[in-house]
Amino acid sequence: MTVPGESAPSTAPSTDAAPMTALRRHRALTRIWASDPGWKGWFTTVNHTDLGRMFLSVAVFFFVVGGILAMLIRAQLASPRSAFVGPDVYNQLFTMHGTLMMFLFAIPLFEGFAVYLLPKLLGTRDLAFPRLTAYGFWCYVFGGSMLIFSMLAGIAPDSGWFMYPPLSSTLGSPGINSDFWLIGITFVEISAIAAAVEITVTILRYRAPGMRLSQMPIFAWYALVTAVMILTGFPPLILGSILLELERAFGLPFFQVADGGDALLWQHLFWLFGHPEVYIIFLPAAGAISTIIPVMARTRLMGYGWIVAAAVSLGVLSFGLWVHHMFTTGIPHMGLAFFSAASTLVAVPTAVQIFAWIGTMWRGRPELHLPMLWILGFFATFVIGGLTGVMVAVVPFDWQVHDTYFIVAHLHYVLIGGFVFPMLGALYYWMPHFIGRKSYFKIGPTAFWLVFAGFHGTFLLLHWAGLLGMRRRIDTYESGQGWEAINILASVSSFVMAIGFALVLVDIVVNAVVSVRGSRNPWGAGTLEWAMPTPAAAYNFASLPVVTSRDPLYDDPELPARIARGEGYLGDPVRGRRETLSLDISTGRPAYIVVYPGNTAMPMAMAAVTGLFFLGLLVKAYWLVPLAALGVAGFALNWVRALGARREEGALPAGQGLSLPTASEVPDPPGWWGSLFLLLADGTLFGSLLFGYAFLFTIAPNWPPPAWAEPGAGVALAALGGAALVGAGRLTRGGAGAVVTLAGLVALALACLLMLRHAPDPTAHAYDATLWVLTGYALFHLSVAALMAGALFARRRAGIVSARIGGEGRILDLWAGYAALVTLIGLAVTAAPGVLG
Amino acid sequence: MHPAGPAAAAISRLWWVLLVGATLIFGFVMALIALAWRRPAGTGDERRFVIGLGLAFPLTVLAALLAYALVLGERLLPRPGPDVVTVRAEASQWIWRFGYPDAEGRATENVLHIPAATPVDVEITTTDVVHSFWVPRLAGKLDAVPGHVNVLRIETDGPGEFAGLGSEYNGPGYAGHRFTVIAHAPEDWAAFLAGDLP
Ligand code: HEM
Ligand SMILES: [Cu+2]
Repeated sequence: MTVPGESAPSTAPSTDAAPMTALRRHRALTRIWASDPGWKGWFTTVNHTDLGRMFLSVAVFFFVVGGILAMLIRAQLASPRSAFVGPDVYNQLFTMHGTLMMFLFAIPLFEGFAVYLLPKLLGTRDLAFPRLTAYGFWCYVFGGSMLIFSMLAGIAPDSGWFMYPPLSSTLGSPGINSDFWLIGITFVEISAIAAAVEITVTILRYRAPGMRLSQMPIFAWYALVTAVMILTGFPPLILGSILLELERAFGLPFFQVADGGDALLWQHLFWLFGHPEVYIIFLPAAGAISTIIPVMARTRLMGYGWIVAAAVSLGVLSFGLWVHHMFTTGIPHMGLAFFSAASTLVAVPTAVQIFAWIGTMWRGRPELHLPMLWILGFFATFVIGGLTGVMVAVVPFDWQVHDTYFIVAHLHYVLIGGFVFPMLGALYYWMPHFIGRKSYFKIGPTAFWLVFAGFHGTFLLLHWAGLLGMRRRIDTYESGQGWEAINILASVSSFVMAIGFALVLVDIVVNAVVSVRGSRNPWGAGTLEWAMPTPAAAYNFASLPVVTSRDPLYDDPELPARIARGEGYLGDPVRGRRETLSLDISTGRPAYIVVYPGNTAMPMAMAAVTGLFFLGLLVKAYWLVPLAALGVAGFALNWVRALGARREEGALPAGQGLSLPTASEVPDPPGWWGSLFLLLADGTLFGSLLFGYAFLFTIAPNWPPPAWAEPGAGVALAALGGAALVGAGRLTRGGAGAVVTLAGLVALALACLLMLRHAPDPTAHAYDATLWVLTGYALFHLSVAALMAGALFARRRAGIVSARIGGEGRILDLWAGYAALVTLIGLAVTAAPGVLG
Repeated sequence: MHPAGPAAAAISRLWWVLLVGATLIFGFVMALIALAWRRPAGTGDERRFVIGLGLAFPLTVLAALLAYALVLGERLLPRPGPDVVTVRAEASQWIWRFGYPDAEGRATENVLHIPAATPVDVEITTTDVVHSFWVPRLAGKLDAVPGHVNVLRIETDGPGEFAGLGSEYNGPGYAGHRFTVIAHAPEDWAAFLAGDLP
């Protein structure tokens, strides 16, 4: 799937010992890094360039589907008393439109850009976990297919994209519709979490040697903030979906007020996710804007440090705002005042970025190329969306316009203006890189103007319809309320916008197919992704350059040639395997050599088996669920088998006279870092569960439950003993450590099983249900850790290097420690009321 | 927006303030961008843009806005008073039932009777899913959440009929989930409570 670079200089002498021309280096590296040829390559590739393009293409596909749904919505609303579709269909239309756009278009489009660009921007050869990239991609495709299927079958979710129970639960939606949402979206979220772990570890540890954090391209900062926000923002939603599905499938009453649940719990969990989600969508776009404006203005970014600080504070602030989506639910007045003030405050870091961008344009000499046109469209649109956002943060105003078309208009100004426009700018900006060609046909500007005019024609006056009392989500309306003119104008304009988007697609496809080869760095940018021939070779960089500035190509125009000549690290592929460098986080000094696995269909197969797990839940074929879970565990074991060298290699030459160990011989291999950030997400999920318990305990009407669980001393003894053993296992050297840890995990599991005997019926009350979920959560993690302990023991016996002297023991420590901790906390908080009271 | 009560009137005034402010800010930002093309390169001063415009400017505007909104919000809250009338609103898919503590046993469907020009507290509940109670010309909306009772204060300027809406999406009958509010002059209200009015 790779095309040789157009400009590999042919006979530059290498400074390294082995004489190798740039062309021969290119051929040797390509042999090692290339994906499988032909159609098979699609299924076995683990290369970030391929997968980035695949993510982008599938995301665009879902944008088209979501857009078609939007057109159907506007067709229905064009006139009063429309008989185009009935409420049953209409409710599916807007629910699926919102769901597809948010979960299957916006987030994956970011993932696509990040997966494709980050290694190239950062100066490395691939992402931290190539197989995980592929696994996430296939989970996305399979989960998305479930939702598409539900739509074609006419049984799509229909409770709105935020799925409020009881409407979305058995009471309001007895059919399978809601299950498609809860299960399908959770499946897709695996890919978001996978990508976020991957992006975080890559940015922290996989950069060009010497590149400090403060020298990273600005897009990497935005991607880092976004990824950490995904790790902490998505778990509340995943938890909520699990709880709601447990209620729907097995009657655990988390959201049913009669049995101690509360519908408001869902709203809190959903918006704990939903508000950060908006910034998860906006920040990558802001990253693209920060990258593109300086290049278009022929200058450097103004206020890099300020912008990073603004992005970080937006990320942090956005977790404190979720209640502004619940201003009309009867929140106490003080709460309203606090969240209202906090909500308006996000305008400040947003303003810092906007004015830094404008300042950059003042400082330079802006040129009106196509990417810049889209960014100007962004300014004109997003500023309006931001201002209406401040308006709805003012509580009395929100009481009036909440759930009207004012909100629909506001959210599209933010999402289309703040995400779609800049991302189209980004698409045009990086297009020469994606396809290695320069734009040929000139329909881009026409398309822009159609979209821009169509957009404002659609949504500007819809604000007014909202003020006139037009509620969102109504399938039809009566004439005579002053809405007709606005709606017909909106519908006609939306078709103009759709034609514009279609032209963008045509433009991209036509250019990809027929236009002429372009020059290597057409915009004259300073970042590393332009230091390679395009389309990019599978290995990105023929050798890894030392980078000590934010715009390396401005400071050293010779850099691309020196990279190609092999005057960097790992320029001589003598070991015949995929290698790159991992760095110390802050200093950027090379720390160890990472050896990547090769092409494999395993990620896709594992995603398919994961899909069977979710399918079993969906169609209530519960026998399939444990089988699929076992299958996934089997794949996971197979996954680590690939990291199984038996021979110690010691320090290996990495070029430039430097010798480094490989990842399997260091105490903090990539897997340790990946585990750390996965546990961050996992811990957030656990924290959300504790929050839910505390919320029900204090707010839900029908508490306390009829009876608290009162476990005896046996539970405490088993739990504390188990935890002590896990602690001892950490300190014990050698294979015995794994055995001690395993014994501790078993004792903890015993404590959990004993605990469950004290709350026999999880459907009796939300308290019992919570106890079961907390204990089940603990048991799940104990099993995972036990599996890892067993595997580690076996691998040590087999003499596998990474298990004997490397970081695998520390990875186990991480998971076993976490499992012990959540078990203790879970048991303590559920037993406390019964024991103390 | 044609406000017909003090709460809605205050919100309507708020909207015009917001609209004028937002338009001015929007015009200002667009002008700044346009100027980037007209000015010689190199004129952007980092402190002026990032600290002056990025930090100080929004902080000032927001502080003023918040103060205004807090005072306003305070006035819209239900406060206990001697002449406050209480009514009950119970939402279901897709019907509204109203009850009157001043005349137990009196119940109406899809029509809410209230005294005109008197503060009225509506106690909002639901029998099934989440709903929302909204009379656009009188006040903002407030949700009906299972197991909870939310209280909304409404008040009219005078007698009349006002359209009411269920305004939280609640399934296939959502578009038709409406009701009417009838505000009575004092004599009529007494007659209604006595059961003389239908
Ligand atoms: C392509 C042009 C688009 C048009 C014409 C459009 C139109 C609409 C309309 C008319 C509604 C209101 C439906 C209703 O309340 O009955 C709506 C809802 C929504 N749209 Fe869009 N939209 C577009 C693109 C997008 C994009 C790009 C996103 C997100 C990235 C998005 C996200 C949403 C969401 C989240 C909702 C709320 C769904 C719900 O109420 O459950 N839309 N859209
Ligand atoms: Cu929000």
